[in-house]
Amino acid sequence: MELCDMSLFKLRQMLDEKQISSVELTQYYLDRIKELDCQVESYITVCKEEAIIAAQKADKIISEGKSRVLTGIPIGIKDNICTEGVLTTCASKMLYNFIPPYSATVIEKLKEQDAVILGKLNMDEFAMGGSTQTSYYKKTKNPYDLTRVPGGSSGGSAAAMAARLAVITLGSDTGGSIRQPAAFCGVTGMKPTYGAVSRYGLMAFGSSLDQIGPLAKSSRECAEVLNVISGWDVHDGTSSRNNIDFTSELDRKIKGLKIALPKEFFGQGIDEEIKDVVLKAVKKYEEMGAEIVEVSLPTLKYAIPTYYLLSSAEASSNLSRYDGIKFGYCTPKSKTYEERIMRTRKEGFGNEVKRRIFLGTYALSSGYYDAYYKKALYMREKIKEEYARIFESCDVMITPTAPTTAYKIGDTYNDPVKMYLADICTVTVNIAGLPAVNTICGYSKEDNMPIGMSIVGKAFDDAKVLGVAHAFEKDFTIKSPSL
Amino acid sequence: MSHYVPVIGLEIHAQLLTKTKIFCSCEVDFGGEQNTRCCPVCIGLPGTLPVLNKQVVKYGVKAALALNCGVGQYTKIDRKNYFYPDLPKAYQISQFDLPICKAGKIKIETDAGEKYIRIHHAHIEEDAGKLIHDQIENTSLADYNRCGVPLLEIVSEPDMSSAEEARAYIEKVAGLLQYADVSLCRMEEGSLRADVNVSLKRPESIQLGTKVEIKNLNSLKAIVRAIDYEIERQGKILDAGDVVVQETRKFNDNRGITQSMRSKENADDYRYFKEPDIIPVVISDDEIEKIKNEMPILIDERVDTYLNEYELGKADVKILVADRAISDFYNEAVVYYPNHKAVANFVVVELLKYINEGELKGDEIPFTAEEFATLVKMTEEEVVNRNNAKAILKLMIDDKKAPQVIAKEQGFLMNSDTSAINEVVIGVVDEFKEEVEGYLAGKDKLFGFLMGQCTKRLAGRANPKTIKGILEEKLNKLRCSLK
Repeated sequence: MELCDMSLFKLRQMLDEKQISSVELTQYYLDRIKELDCQVESYITVCKEEAIIAAQKADKIISEGKSRVLTGIPIGIKDNICTEGVLTTCASKMLYNFIPPYSATVIEKLKEQDAVILGKLNMDEFAMGGSTQTSYYKKTKNPYDLTRVPGGSSGGSAAAMAARLAVITLGSDTGGSIRQPAAFCGVTGMKPTYGAVSRYGLMAFGSSLDQIGPLAKSSRECAEVLNVISGWDVHDGTSSRNNIDFTSELDRKIKGLKIALPKEFFGQGIDEEIKDVVLKAVKKYEEMGAEIVEVSLPTLKYAIPTYYLLSSAEASSNLSRYDGIKFGYCTPKSKTYEERIMRTRKEGFGNEVKRRIFLGTYALSSGYYDAYYKKALYMREKIKEEYARIFESCDVMITPTAPTTAYKIGDTYNDPVKMYLADICTVTVNIAGLPAVNTICGYSKEDNMPIGMSIVGKAFDDAKVLGVAHAFEKDFTIKSPSL
Repeated sequence: MSHYVPVIGLEIHAQLLTKTKIFCSCEVDFGGEQNTRCCPVCIGLPGTLPVLNKQVVKYGVKAALALNCGVGQYTKIDRKNYFYPDLPKAYQISQFDLPICKAGKIKIETDAGEKYIRIHHAHIEEDAGKLIHDQIENTSLADYNRCGVPLLEIVSEPDMSSAEEARAYIEKVAGLLQYADVSLCRMEEGSLRADVNVSLKRPESIQLGTKVEIKNLNSLKAIVRAIDYEIERQGKILDAGDVVVQETRKFNDNRGITQSMRSKENADDYRYFKEPDIIPVVISDDEIEKIKNEMPILIDERVDTYLNEYELGKADVKILVADRAISDFYNEAVVYYPNHKAVANFVVVELLKYINEGELKGDEIPFTAEEFATLVKMTEEEVVNRNNAKAILKLMIDDKKAPQVIAKEQGFLMNSDTSAINEVVIGVVDEFKEEVEGYLAGKDKLFGFLMGQCTKRLAGRANPKTIKGILEEKLNKLRCSLK
């Protein structure tokens, strides 16, 4: 087995038994990035020197016998998570020179374990999009087929995982931004319950929806990473005091488990092959002793407008601070304050970001608030209620993660409405603040592209959804991309 | 202008007495080197999150109790969006529809009598930074020290109809907040600021006239002048048959006039929405009860005690409660010497002289209330005379010694040794034989002369009553011996 195909646990063992040093492992990944990332284009910034220094420190800790689960493990970070002293761009021209003087809480927690940060991963600009083609810096490719998108917005995190350019990556998920690229790139990706992981240092998009989560080769690895990065944080007033042990249900029995199948997720607009593959996986669970319950989520038809109104409204406010006054890009040509703001924002933001700012500003404007934003808030409550009702009698829900497999570069992302509709399978989970994990359940016959399913649970049932995903992964063989 | 009724409403901003800012741990302090009291949170760097200071909520509840307002037991934090260079996030975190203080009313007193002014609500919010305009360089510089300083904005109903009422209202609100330990309310230091709304209407009209908002009011005097000016200005406009323009005006202190700042025709749309980074605060009955029990004795209750229990004069009471520190000092002093009237008189006549002349600050009195009470007691019990008591007070301020020590050192103590007085009296009677004879012959007013001579010789060291008694006794004896 190649080093890059080894699990976190195998690498942990090898590091602790001194079969390999963290410096060697880090150098190995840096070499892979150098060799392969010119094709995948997943990294915006590679921290060559800092990574080796961190690895040297990790080796010292390991030699003292004080290693913990992520000590010396090379990890890639989505470029909207602040890393002290390391360029953090949000894949935007607006932050082309922004080096934060602080680290996100998740980064502090990784550093506390002496994990090694390899670099910063590409994404859709300000995490707005599902293709990783809206980045100001580069367009990331899908390692399974370089003519296809990796999904998004955490497309860099997913592609780097698929191409084995990191042992673990972190992404962020506002409407599916971890799960959908994980499905497109054939890896496991988890969006935890809202509040489980601190958002401090995550550049805000839709604050009431954003969560940081891991992408890895398996649910088990995701669970380990989540145990490190989660927990209440004094710097995030929305972080939860519920302490979750994400690994606690990895060995759970499937027998007697009630799995909800919402019929709306298996209707029109979802590829037939995806439905088949996901339903086959559901059959597997049935064979393991699970009870399958067909349910209905009638509000799904309002999910896309609800999501786009809420996330864009919050984004329009969150992104107001990019005015060229204190940090980031500033237009070289302006005479007045107003002109500086307008030019800076016109030149610094890409089209998709501007579109969301327009949409959100409009939805919050007086005279339109009641017609749009207020209705979206109402729908949010309805969607939450429907999920709550389903989880009264069911343990988890299974849905496809995306209506299609990864599409060709240039296919869809020029049509915003079509792009937005593709989020149908993922956004309700964010609206309701629930935990969901994408795991791979098959590959398309014709072109061998990965197909993902999402296992969704009620709030703080993160360990359960990971356990259910793990039960499937144990007997499923991942096909690695050939690069 | 008596054919119009002025309609006046006020928005008062009071800085809360917290040690740290409302959403981060930066210190709150008046003045200081520019941009030294700020951090990534209060200057709104991307990824940072506000965490609500619990003290601010507590102060909000205290303010509600002090201002006779209902407590908003479910209170929500909102964003108010607008671009301005002193506002780093381009939104102010404030409260919109569920403020911490609900409606209430307070009583004011002017020469026109008593009146209730209704408070619409009061809410907590963060202050913005300060802009310094450099006329020579033609640039503006931003100082973010003030960003995130916690404020309480108290919005009145338009219930005032004169500048005098507005002044009385501000003084009352300031007094209530000072006494509740919520704010220092010092206009000169900016811990109390007020914006005024003025409109005129015909007495018979129910409909309010067009409202003008006046900003940049830095003192009570400025507020009174601005309101009077504005009433006159609007009156003239209406008399001429013109209409008042709805706008924001700025008070020019040098010229004593208001000047147009900006028209409200294209009114700002602040696009208020719930702050997603801060969860709503729920305040229980128990918490309110606890805060109620911790509340200091408020101004109205003190006035009641002073008037009805201590039987002090109305004028003295008004002076005593005008400064919370003085009232506190008085309350403590009467514990040591419960001669309420004497202590009040000494505070009002003697102590306040130094404070009014700016030699002392109410909260920086250099001696204890116990020492002050001792001085009053010494005066009342004629251990020292009133003139010397004044001199002792001056020395207590300058030399910071106890009154007994000063009296002894300066030889101010009254001579209680009657033999010494006796000696002096005998000497005077011997020396002024003619006057003594005249007195005994019926010229009563010569007693005063003899008394004066004795007092002069004793140089204020003897109790006049004692001198009088001995002198009378001596003269009576002479009268008897004559018969």
